[in-house]
Amino acid sequence: MSGRRVALTGMEVLAPGGVGVKEFWQLLTDGRTATRGITFFDPAPFRSRVAAEMDFDPREHGLGPQEIRRMDRAAQFAVVAARGAVADSGLDLGRLDPYRVGVSIGTAVGATTSLDREYGVVSDGGRLELVDHAYAVPHLYDCMVPSSFAAEVARAVGAEGTSGVVSTGCTSGIDAVGHAVELIREGTADVMVAGSTDAPISPITVACFDAIKATTPRTDDPAGASRPFDLSRNGFVLGEGCAVFVLEELDGALRRGAHVYAEIAGYATRSNAYHMTGLRPDGAEMAQAVTAALDEAAIDPEEIDYVNAHGSGTRQNDRHETAAFKRSLGEHAYRTPVSSIKSMVGHSLGAIGSIEIAACALAMEHHVVPPTANLHTADPECDLDYVPLTARDRRTDTVLTVGSGFGGFQSAMVLARPDRPVRRAA
Amino acid sequence: MSTPVVVTGLGVAAPNGLGTRAFWEATLAGRGGIGPVSRFDATGYPARLAGEVPGFVAEDHLSGRLLPQTDRMTRLALAAADWALADAGVDPAERPPSDMGVVTASASGGFEFGQRELRNLWSKGGRHVSAYQSFAWFYAVNSGQVSIRHGMKGPSGVLVADQAGGLDAVAQARRLIRKGTPLIVSGAVDASLCPWGWVAQSASGRLSTAGVPERAYLPFDARAQGHVPGEGGAMLVLEDAGAARRRGATVYGEIAGYGATTDPRPGGGRPPGLRKAIELALADAGLVPAEVDVVLADAAADPGLDRAEAEAIAAVFGPRGVPVTAPKTMTGRLCSGAGPLDLGTALLALGEQLIPPTVHVEADPALALDLVTGGPRPARLRTALVLARGHGGFNSAMAVRAAAP
Repeated sequence: MSGRRVALTGMEVLAPGGVGVKEFWQLLTDGRTATRGITFFDPAPFRSRVAAEMDFDPREHGLGPQEIRRMDRAAQFAVVAARGAVADSGLDLGRLDPYRVGVSIGTAVGATTSLDREYGVVSDGGRLELVDHAYAVPHLYDCMVPSSFAAEVARAVGAEGTSGVVSTGCTSGIDAVGHAVELIREGTADVMVAGSTDAPISPITVACFDAIKATTPRTDDPAGASRPFDLSRNGFVLGEGCAVFVLEELDGALRRGAHVYAEIAGYATRSNAYHMTGLRPDGAEMAQAVTAALDEAAIDPEEIDYVNAHGSGTRQNDRHETAAFKRSLGEHAYRTPVSSIKSMVGHSLGAIGSIEIAACALAMEHHVVPPTANLHTADPECDLDYVPLTARDRRTDTVLTVGSGFGGFQSAMVLARPDRPVRRAA
Repeated sequence: MSTPVVVTGLGVAAPNGLGTRAFWEATLAGRGGIGPVSRFDATGYPARLAGEVPGFVAEDHLSGRLLPQTDRMTRLALAAADWALADAGVDPAERPPSDMGVVTASASGGFEFGQRELRNLWSKGGRHVSAYQSFAWFYAVNSGQVSIRHGMKGPSGVLVADQAGGLDAVAQARRLIRKGTPLIVSGAVDASLCPWGWVAQSASGRLSTAGVPERAYLPFDARAQGHVPGEGGAMLVLEDAGAARRRGATVYGEIAGYGATTDPRPGGGRPPGLRKAIELALADAGLVPAEVDVVLADAAADPGLDRAEAEAIAAVFGPRGVPVTAPKTMTGRLCSGAGPLDLGTALLALGEQLIPPTVHVEADPALALDLVTGGPRPARLRTALVLARGHGGFNSAMAVRAAAP
């Protein structure tokens, strides 16, 4: 099965400020931010009180009362986005061998919002150490084990091939798609419904990031709170959302006349083996992931038209990846635009990697590079072209996206036009 | 033809034995590790038996710095990974960091750690949540911690597919080795034996409420009434076969084939997917059914799931066509730890030419299984097939082949 290539032929995005691909892309190209003061619960006791919340009513997206009761919010996102992506692809999955269709869903923290809420119930507000099983909801096990997300998606689209959840913290969204790409290339599947989802805006998640000061305390300026690469950045803004794609073997996609957004041309992941949350400033392992992804795509650094950065807006991350880009792209790092859409849609942990892949595919579709919002004051340690404030028209044929996560995971993916001249076998 | 991938090291943390030797001796002797829950007071819950890993003293294995930032499942995984590397004769410090990676599965993450922090949050407030909560409970923690401990900078990963996930992780490790990373530490350890984990598992409605270990977990038995949950699992060292041979490593066996499917929506008229997963694994291994010498079953101990598994095995191998065993009747079901532990059991069985027994079970004759009960059964064993199913319809099958003599 060598030589099989993978096309992205369908997508759906549910993001803060942009539920649906069109709305999402409008938000990004307008350079608007979707961060706001937390409304899902009373944030007063917390240090970081801003988030990129999504206005999402599952009933408006075709979910029935039982589905809504059964599924965590992140699973609801995934099912809605999967159905949307399949519809967008124009693929009639019912005509395919269901064993050749698989599912790969990324999530960093699974159903943690449901677990937080349900723990409060069975412990009677934290009073009972021996929590009361009589108050457990029947689907609690599905919240405990987040592979339920992949099971829900598989049933929603009728996939009976290999399926599961990829959970590598904040690189889950790249790694879940990368995993799907590998399964198609090796011949295990012809079609993968792949993407990632997280709905982590809950007290336990806000508290745990407060405890390590990873999220921003800039609560008086919600719209300006996410400031990747800005000198005044001081932490990320927690977000939520989901993006799901239909990935197909390229030849099959071309034969059926599918619209191909992009080829997923290269993917790699590395570990820094350094610290569960810390990053060395040199960005060496992320650079290795970038180089490996470029090698797999048989694409030179100079061909990259746009870099979608992890750009979380922590002091450490933005310096780390700036170094990684210089290491892996050389002088070209200074010439290619680099931006962080987390400035607009926040950091939705495992979900953001797929949302960023969607942004990359749309940048290629429209030849527009989304900006980094809230970037007003350059940081001397972050000295690349981060496309401040305003989207930029630019011929965009080849794109790099990266992610960096707790646990030390560093991942990179290259998207390219399928009709590019291929120098050696991909 | 793809590079063969072999297992060269094994580290076990099981309810009936801490360490490979203790586990294997107990398994051959039919000695189980299921008993009344001791880690918390379970007398008020419908299910009261569990497979707890005995005698693990975390302080003996981990530094004082690691203890406050690790859940029990991570402590067990770190110890098991240490043992697996030592067993393989591999010193990671002597290898290029980018030539090594880690792929684990997880089902529920560090649930006990999460329980403590949720209690802090709910009873005392957000400022009392541990600084380690941001990673100590999450699903990626074991891969992250093992990679840090051993300086492994190659490709790593984490898969979740409930009880099927452990085999999926090993399959992904094999994939990464075939793509060029010479050594991957893989496997899974799960542990959620705490009140919060107990209630969440009980909510599935699949836990046995029997009061005595001998009656509690009886897969393929007409008396089957649910399973006993356990904790633990196994970590394996996987290597490119050529590289292992060149360094003179002792090889347990080859990861010969793998297949995975997902069950269809119930009531849609499509058959369950386990049979297809078995067929895919055998095709991947280049085996015909007659060449499989033993099957280690998933053994759900739910009448419907047992019947489905027995039917899948009979469909591929014929009625009573292959010896079937479920040594997990001695450990309970370990979530994602089960698949890697069963792989370890299968490889040890290939080495000793002995099929370990399924304990306490009287096979339901209606299921047409050649179930190995009573004591271990001597047999000529060249290949074994391990099955694992996860809640939600995940089916995984993995074939292992004995090392060439």
